[in-house]
Amino acid sequence: MTKGIAGIGEDYKYGFKTPEKYVFKSKKGLSKEVVEEISHLKGEPEWMRKFRLKSLEIFLKKPMPWWGGDLSGVNFDDIYYFIRPSDKQGRTWDEVPKEIRDTFDKLGIPEAERKFLAGVGAQYESEAVYHNLKEEWKKKGVIFLDTDTALKEYPDIFKEHFSTVVPPADNKFAALNSAVWSGGSFIYVPEGVHIEIPLQAYFRINAQNMGQFERSLIIAEPGSFVHYVEGCTAPIYSTNSLHTAVVEIIIKKGARLRYTTIQNWSKNVYNLVTKRAVAYEDATMEWVDGNLGSKVTMKYPAVFMHGRGAKADILSLTIAGKGQNQDVGGKVIHMAPHTSSNIISKSISQNGGRSSYRGLVKVLKGCHGVKSNVKCDAMILDDKSRSDTYPYMDIDEKKVSIGHEATVSRVTDEQLFYLMNRGLSESEAAAMVVSGFIEPIVKELPMEYAVEMNRLIQLQMEGAVG
Amino acid sequence: MNNKSLKIDDLQASISGKKILKGVSLNIKKGEVHAIMGPNGSGKSTLAYTLMGHPSYKIEDGSLLLNDENINMLSPDERAKRGLFLAFQYPVAIPGVTVMNFLRNIYNKKIALANGGKPVSIFQFNTLLKERMGFLKMEESFAKRYVNEGFSGGEKKRLEILQLEILNPDLAVLDEPDSGLDIDALKVVSEGVNRAIEKGVGVIMVTHYARILNYVKPNFVHVFIDGRVVKSGGPELAKELEDKGYDWLKGKVNSKH
Ligand SMILES: Nc1ncnc2c1ncn2[C@@H]1O[C@H](COP(=O)(O)OP(=O)(O)O)[C@@H](O)[C@H]1O
Ligand SMILES: [Mg+2]
Repeated sequence: MTKGIAGIGEDYKYGFKTPEKYVFKSKKGLSKEVVEEISHLKGEPEWMRKFRLKSLEIFLKKPMPWWGGDLSGVNFDDIYYFIRPSDKQGRTWDEVPKEIRDTFDKLGIPEAERKFLAGVGAQYESEAVYHNLKEEWKKKGVIFLDTDTALKEYPDIFKEHFSTVVPPADNKFAALNSAVWSGGSFIYVPEGVHIEIPLQAYFRINAQNMGQFERSLIIAEPGSFVHYVEGCTAPIYSTNSLHTAVVEIIIKKGARLRYTTIQNWSKNVYNLVTKRAVAYEDATMEWVDGNLGSKVTMKYPAVFMHGRGAKADILSLTIAGKGQNQDVGGKVIHMAPHTSSNIISKSISQNGGRSSYRGLVKVLKGCHGVKSNVKCDAMILDDKSRSDTYPYMDIDEKKVSIGHEATVSRVTDEQLFYLMNRGLSESEAAAMVVSGFIEPIVKELPMEYAVEMNRLIQLQMEGAVG
Repeated sequence: MNNKSLKIDDLQASISGKKILKGVSLNIKKGEVHAIMGPNGSGKSTLAYTLMGHPSYKIEDGSLLLNDENINMLSPDERAKRGLFLAFQYPVAIPGVTVMNFLRNIYNKKIALANGGKPVSIFQFNTLLKERMGFLKMEESFAKRYVNEGFSGGEKKRLEILQLEILNPDLAVLDEPDSGLDIDALKVVSEGVNRAIEKGVGVIMVTHYARILNYVKPNFVHVFIDGRVVKSGGPELAKELEDKGYDWLKGKVNSKH
């Protein structure tokens, strides 16, 4: 019965624009001058300036990826690489320039902060306009800052870890980020500290043809726990924007880290992100990666399990609608015995959208007792849409247990008929089946996001069916 | 209330171009219990689906009048709004949707329709659900399972009857609610059907065996063969079928028709 379901863009409620009033805007395009200018404006140490310049060279040398999404619409000359929104960062929302504050109000960030967060960072274009961590956690030695400030205030911890997880030469976009990075979150959780409620960062692009290149670095000391949540949105423009982040995570012995992303960029954003964690002995890394928005996303959160007993959990949820290509997945690298990983991917393709699961399970020689399970479920809602699975395996050890399972499903006429017989309209029935499909992942999201997710699905099902 | 009725008049319907219903006429009033008995493949489920508006079943001729309104063209949810309900012979699974959420959803939808009323809270609904599940001897943990996923035959049937009781429709078609049940489950399910009947629901009970009619007493029994009602009578007809089977009626067309 279902003819198709409205794409997310039709109901995108974050597409509003705010007038551009900036302290500084670099000229369009990428060059050595632009990179030097960024470093200079930030007053960075020499090593960082050099790091950026070297990264730029790598970027220029590396070819575009030949696989993944269609990146022919990315024009590196047509992007603003640095925009400073405000000359001062707020510790309270009152200190944030009014128009920017209004934007975050509309996005519900200050309210969420009051209700259920331990700390919040808000980045607007290239830099953080607000950052705050509740006193309680500061007292326990937790550091939660934007990455620029962290470089100034904690130069030693910073330099020790920065770029150790994702080197600039890792891939073309990691090199780009390394050259022009700005903003992002820096988190340090001291040994044994459990931050019971989430820290959240929100990334907003407002300007047209903007490139946002935040860089995050998270260090979880032994036995600690933190849940970090990030959200992101942008206005709808007819020209393209670029979001290229790098996230580096270090989880030490017995620590656990959960990183939840709700990516909801407008459909003119190319989202090309490198996210990677290293997990030491008995450490646990959990990626909960929701991709709803953007034009093209290429993102494969990775966990390198260096220590015996380390664990990786990757939950990936994707919705690809009209004009969208979501090329996502996860990578787990087993580098020690008795490490385990679990990847669950759920994708919904509709209205001509295309989603791909691309994943890697790698086990090095000698890593006996490794357990890995991959489960990919795709739901395709109409004949125009498409879903593919590319599960790569590279197993160099015999004494391991590896599982892989993939399913493709649809909302069936029988399901719609059953639910409509109970009084639900066709769109409500379709929404129910779809929300059931993603339930195993949605139930892992923070409450507020779970509610929002179900609301989005509901909205999407309206109008386009029947 | 008692003037509510469903009139099926010379209903002919096909699936994939194949004619299955070849002229069915029945008249069911609210509060009545009609048993439809017939061999496998005679078109009983087809009748149920056609009444409920399944899109694959095409009405070729005849009419469905619900409270004097022709509903031939209405979608399944419009029919549900007007008080029709089907307990499925083979209910479909809705993975990831818990019984609890599903039932609260359809219950609230029904309430909103009935009196434009406010939806009940999760807490209120769970209290109601717990009580109703108790009647059907269902474990509390059942509410947390996903709708019909991995359910045994008996669990599926109970969930259908649970919905019948929660939605309290005007007219329900129960498509083989007894198939695959052991005697204890059959009793529990029958009690549920009887509670619904006491509340005034009209029932079309589709069944293959007379067994359930020992527990749910029909006012009328119709024998269904090859897409037609070939004989109608009172409860005694069920007994006769139990003794003689269907063969003696094959090739016969009900004279009343
Ligand atoms: N989707 C279908 N396509 C073609 N024929 C069907 C389909 N569904 C049912 N039928 C046929 O319709 C007839 C009646 O089936 P059904 O209504 O299920 O009978 P009953 O419920 O009495 O056992 C059978 O001959 C069956 O093969
Ligand atoms: Mg049947």
